[in-house]
Amino acid sequence: MDSNSLSYSLDFIASSGRILNVEQRTALQTSMLILKKNYNFKRVMFWGKVLGIKQDYFIAQGRGEDEIKNRTYLYSFNCMDWLLLPTVSESMIEEVAKTARGHFTGDPSFVYEHNLYFQIETEEEGENNVIKSSEENRLAVTIQQIDEDVSVVPRGAFIRTPLGPVHVNRSFEGLSESEARQLDNFLHFREPKRGNTLYLERMGDWCPAIDFLDVLSDDIPKGSWSLQFECASRVCMLRSLLWLGLTFYHVPNTPQHGYIYIGNGLKNQDLPFML
Amino acid sequence: MDNVLGRRDCRDAEVFKAFLMKDSTKSNRNLYEHLTQLLIKVIDEHTENAVDVVEEMSRDVKRALFSGIQGPLREVPQVSSAELLTEQQRTLFSQPEEVVAQEDEMGETALPNVSEIAFYLEQAEVGLGREEMQRIFLALKHLVDSEGLPRCRLWGKILGIESNYIVAEAEYREGEEEQESIEDQPAEEEKEPENPENEQVEADPLPQSIYKPQLDAPKEAIGTGANKFAYYVCKEPGLPWIKLPSVSPAQINIARQIRKFFTGNLESPVVSYPPFPGNESNYLRAQIARISAGTQVSPQGFYQGGEEEDDEEDEIPRDSFEVNPDFEDIPVSEMAESLSTWVHHVQHILQQGRCTWVNIAVKPDEESNEDEEEMFNTSPWSSKVSTILTFQHAIAVLRSNLWPGAFAYACGKKFENIYIGWGLKYVGEVYSPPIPPPPLMEYQNGPEITEGLDPTPEEEQALKEDLEEQQAALEEAEASEDDEDED
Repeated sequence: MDSNSLSYSLDFIASSGRILNVEQRTALQTSMLILKKNYNFKRVMFWGKVLGIKQDYFIAQGRGEDEIKNRTYLYSFNCMDWLLLPTVSESMIEEVAKTARGHFTGDPSFVYEHNLYFQIETEEEGENNVIKSSEENRLAVTIQQIDEDVSVVPRGAFIRTPLGPVHVNRSFEGLSESEARQLDNFLHFREPKRGNTLYLERMGDWCPAIDFLDVLSDDIPKGSWSLQFECASRVCMLRSLLWLGLTFYHVPNTPQHGYIYIGNGLKNQDLPFML
Repeated sequence: MDNVLGRRDCRDAEVFKAFLMKDSTKSNRNLYEHLTQLLIKVIDEHTENAVDVVEEMSRDVKRALFSGIQGPLREVPQVSSAELLTEQQRTLFSQPEEVVAQEDEMGETALPNVSEIAFYLEQAEVGLGREEMQRIFLALKHLVDSEGLPRCRLWGKILGIESNYIVAEAEYREGEEEQESIEDQPAEEEKEPENPENEQVEADPLPQSIYKPQLDAPKEAIGTGANKFAYYVCKEPGLPWIKLPSVSPAQINIARQIRKFFTGNLESPVVSYPPFPGNESNYLRAQIARISAGTQVSPQGFYQGGEEEDDEEDEIPRDSFEVNPDFEDIPVSEMAESLSTWVHHVQHILQQGRCTWVNIAVKPDEESNEDEEEMFNTSPWSSKVSTILTFQHAIAVLRSNLWPGAFAYACGKKFENIYIGWGLKYVGEVYSPPIPPPPLMEYQNGPEITEGLDPTPEEEQALKEDLEEQQAALEEAEASEDDEDED
């Protein structure tokens, strides 16, 4: 969620049960502005918290020209001193996938190890290949996966300009109440993976500048999103069941929207059993 | 002279223009506007021989401006769900008719001070937002007043797919008895195969099933064990509170083996393997019982055991406890550092599904507590102090790693537990449902139905030769006897 709107948007996502205390809020307000100036971001978002056993990570996201492509992530323990997270590469994803298990410990230099034993039928013992990955890498990979899988924006909030970059839509007035009840009107905020040609049949007012992202209702398994109206039915909340802890809010008929992840950074792989 | 005339003409023109712009009394238009629009229409359409069709065009312009009078269909006002909810939430704010006497306020009220709890929870980074907590506070007040509960506590909130549950924990009123629930009929299934009468009498009898269903452990009486408290749920503060049924050990056992989200509708069935005996309200109650048993903690010494009984054995855990009047505050830093300053004040649920052991089988199984020790190399709780900058006024916070969403805080003499989450335990590895039991053998293994190997050709040959030898020997014997007889 945008750092400018932090003071009131945290109240909206409070219905998921996790909030920030006053000290953290004030610290964030100060430090995010500093971040914006130092790194020259166009917008700074408070992305959320990844809970670890000993300590929690506060994550901030800075956005540049293109809202989807130019994203940088930083983490901090006390909302004041921010450290840059490494950019994610394919090999890093592989390493983390093979080694990381269990909760985050809270120590960014913690090393996860995994021994690969090759069975070689020779007299020598099998070679031991040890794969290691640090918790910092695991954090970066997890955050990128969460953004890939479950970052949400309402339809119409972002525009793709003819040249390519994605911008905030200044004339977004918000979804109406009835529109906010349909999962069709919420889009994944990532590079579109599925083709857009399906929507020509569904919606009469399809517009290529707005409808360039994937729709949530096409997610597999169906039902992996919980759509509710909270805060005395004024605010539309979306909660992901795939990554427990991701909450998205939108106040209908206003341009206020945002998402945050507060959770332990573990994917819910039992989802098909649980629905 | 010309100027004067010019000015008078201007003034006349203005007066005339004002006259043209005066709205007509019958319709809300004026001539100036009409002529403007007519000319614009001519410009737009470039009609030929415009002067001949100007009357038609004028009528067209007038027709285009016509807005119909309201037809017989009236607009139905769209009632949004928010408005419906506000109607119900208005009742939260209604003041009681009689003002309660001031003396009653001094004693212990059944109503917890939710505002204070919300304040401390906010420091622990847990909460539902101030307005929502206020609404819940008022809803709890309604609950206490309407049900006359001796003591009540906000237990927490369980998130569901379509809607959520706000859960309140309350002590049973004195003298309340268990209501008979329909599901409690003991199911003794003995499948008796019926011999249909048209079968032949000499047919072999059909095999009898040897399946014996496990006898379920009886429910614990209300006021004891897992049923010590009554739980009320509501979807939104303002909506009526619904009491959850008491929990049975079978439900707890099966709830341990399944993993399902809550839908938000108490009547919906829980489809799972092993099949859950009950609907969502039972499943909710079972999870609440497990969470309470696993995560309700208090500072050590806060509660002391109830009255000592003479024949109390050490094995039976004490069920009742009272607030210890001599409790001394434990400093916050100590509470945050070590877990030994915290104790569970709710009984563990044994593997049987109850808190006290009941002997139903001939050979008792081993008892084991719910996993409180370290699982997967992580301690079951994470503790911290709420703030480092202003540590003089910080509180100690415990966060459960086994039940994500369970929190406890302590500050001096005040402490509280709360659970806000999905109602699921952290299992560590990926969930795999239990395998159904192997099907029972239909027939008893006996010599009549066991297959035997057919004899191989060599064996047959050998047998044949043996028989022939025997035959030959027999004939010889007969022949020799005949010979002897002849002689």
